[in-house]
Amino acid sequence: MAKRVEASNVTAYYGSFKAIENINLTVEPKTVTALIGPSGCGKSTFLRSINRMHEVLPGARVEGNLTIDDQDIYDRDVDVTAVRRMIGMVFQRPNPFPTMSIFENVVAGLKLNGVRKKSILEDAAEKALRSANLWDEVKDRLGKPGAGLSGGQQQRLCIARTIAVEPQVVLMDEPCSALDPISTLAIEDLMFQLKDKFTIIIVTHNMQQAARVSDRTAFFSIEKTGDPGRLIEYDNTQKIFSNPSVKKTEDYITGRFG
Amino acid sequence: MGETPHRSADAGTGGTRVTQSHEWPAGASARVAEAPVSTRSPGGAGLGGGGALPRSRKFGAERAFRGLTLAAGTAVLVIIAAIAIFLVAKAVPALRANTENFWSYEGWSPNDPEPKFGIGTLAFGTVLSSALALLIAVPVALGIALYLSHYAPRRLGTALGFLVDLLAAVPSVVFGLWGRDVFSSPVRDFSIWLNQHFGWIPLFGGDGPFGASIMLGALVLAIMVLPIITSLSREVFLQTPTANEEAALALGATRWEMLRTAVLPYGRPGIIAAVMLGLGRALGETIALALTLGITFGISFNLIQNGGNTIAANIANAFGEANETGRGALIASGLVLFTITLIVNITARAIIYRRREFTESAA
Repeated sequence: MAKRVEASNVTAYYGSFKAIENINLTVEPKTVTALIGPSGCGKSTFLRSINRMHEVLPGARVEGNLTIDDQDIYDRDVDVTAVRRMIGMVFQRPNPFPTMSIFENVVAGLKLNGVRKKSILEDAAEKALRSANLWDEVKDRLGKPGAGLSGGQQQRLCIARTIAVEPQVVLMDEPCSALDPISTLAIEDLMFQLKDKFTIIIVTHNMQQAARVSDRTAFFSIEKTGDPGRLIEYDNTQKIFSNPSVKKTEDYITGRFG
Repeated sequence: MGETPHRSADAGTGGTRVTQSHEWPAGASARVAEAPVSTRSPGGAGLGGGGALPRSRKFGAERAFRGLTLAAGTAVLVIIAAIAIFLVAKAVPALRANTENFWSYEGWSPNDPEPKFGIGTLAFGTVLSSALALLIAVPVALGIALYLSHYAPRRLGTALGFLVDLLAAVPSVVFGLWGRDVFSSPVRDFSIWLNQHFGWIPLFGGDGPFGASIMLGALVLAIMVLPIITSLSREVFLQTPTANEEAALALGATRWEMLRTAVLPYGRPGIIAAVMLGLGRALGETIALALTLGITFGISFNLIQNGGNTIAANIANAFGEANETGRGALIASGLVLFTITLIVNITARAIIYRRREFTESAA
C-alpha cells in the first residue's frame, strides 16, 4: 500500500521557462516528506510532476526520471490515468465536486474505476471517511452537497476522496493554507495516521508544520527570479531544523531570507 | 506582521486637516460635486474623515439611479400586461364566432361566413417540429461546445466559436429560402430512401410526395438553434473551475471522464437554460417554417411526407387575407403559442430550482 518514489535529474518546464532543474530525491515508503522553500522555488511543480499533473497545463513538460518502486511513470507505454490512480493528490484549496453530495464525492474515484455496486461503494465511503476523521461529522448527511461543509471539513472530504481509491502515494499541495488552525491540526493528526498506509509528500509554507508532521524535509530554493528551482538540502527533518548543513537552509529556516 | 497596526493608525486619523471637515455643509450634494478633487483624495482631509458625520443625501445619483431601475423594472410588467390584454381582447370575439371546437377541429377557415378553426393541428406541428429540432440540435451543439472548450487548441477554438456565433446572425428568412430551394432536394432523396427501407415504421411511411415535410422544417430549425445552444453551453463549460477539473484528473479520470465528472454536471443549469432558449426560438420561428413546410392541417406523426404546419407559420401565411374574425382567430392561436412557451420556461425554471442546493454552493 505504499511505495518508494525516486526522482533523478527531474527538470520541468512551462513552455520555454525552466521551473525546476535536476532534482534528485528519494522518498521512502510510509514516511511523510515535506517540501519547503520560498514562493516560486518549484516545490509545487515538482510535486505535480510526481503524478503527471504538471503536463496538464498547456506547454508544460517534464524531463528526467521518476520511478515508483522502480517503475518509470514517464515511460511511453504507461497509462497516465493509472499513474494518477496510484498517486493521489490533495490540492491547496478544498475542491469537492460542487454538484455532488458528500457520498458521491468520496466514491467519485471508485466510480471512475468502474465500481458500481452500491454495497461496495458504501463500505468504501465509510472506510475512507473514517480514515479522514470525518465520518462522525457527516454520517447523518451523506446526501447533502459536499460544498456545504466548512473549509476544514471540505479538505478532509477531499482527502477521503483521494484515499478512497487506495493509492500508493498521497501528494498534498499546501493542504492547510486555506484553513484555520483547528482544521489544520485535524489534518496534521490525520497525516500521522495516514502514513501507516501511504507514502505522503507534502508541500508547505508553514515551517512549524513541516517540523511537526514530516520525517524528512527537502529544501528548495532559487538563485533569483527567473532561475529554475533547485533542491538545496534533503535530510531528516530534525537535522534540517536543528543543524542544517547548508547555510542557505539555515538562513531560510531562521527567517533571515525568503 | 509588526507593521500592520502602525499603518492602520495613520489612516484612521485622516491626515492633518481634520477641522476643515466641519465646514462641509451636511447633506448639500451640489457643494460636494463642486469641491475640488483633492479634498476627496487621501492627500486632502482623508477619505476616512475626521469630525462630524455628514447627513445622508436627500437626493443624488444614488436615488436617481434607483428610480431609473425601478421604472425599467415596472416597464416589463406593463408591457407584458398590455400584450396579454391585447391578445385576450382580440381573441375572445373570434373564439365566440367559431362554429367548431377550437381545440380539436382540424382545419383553419376563420374567414368563412361560418368560421371554423382549430388549434390542435397547429399546436401539434409546433411542438413536434421544435422537439425534433432540439433532438437533432442538442447533442450536436453540446459536442461542438465541448470540443471548442476542452479539446480544440485555443486559437482554433476561438476562431470556430466566432464562426458559430456568425451562424446565429444569419436572418431566419435566409435559412428559410436556403431550406426551400437548396436543402429540400437532399432531404427529399433521403426521405425517399428512408421510405423505401424503413417504410414499415409509421414515422417514415406514406406514399409521398416527400420533401416539404416536418423533417425538412425540423432540420432547418435545428441548424438555426444550433448556434445559440452551442455558444451558451461553451461559455458555461469554460467557466468550470480548474480546481474541479484537476480534481477529476488527479483521481485518474481520462479527459472524457473528467468532462462527465466535473464539467457536464457543473454546466447542467446552463445547458438547460441554453436548450430552453433554443426551444423558445424554435417554437416562435415563423418565416423559415412558413417557407419549408408543406402546410396541411392534420395531426400526423409522419415525418417525411409533405405537410405539417405550426402556429407561427400559419400566422405568417394566413394574416394577409384574414378578415376581422380571421385576425382574431390568429391572435387566439398566438395566445396558445404564448402559453406553450410560458409552460416550457416554467418547467425549465423548476428543473434548475430543484437542484439549486447543489449549484448555489458551487459559487
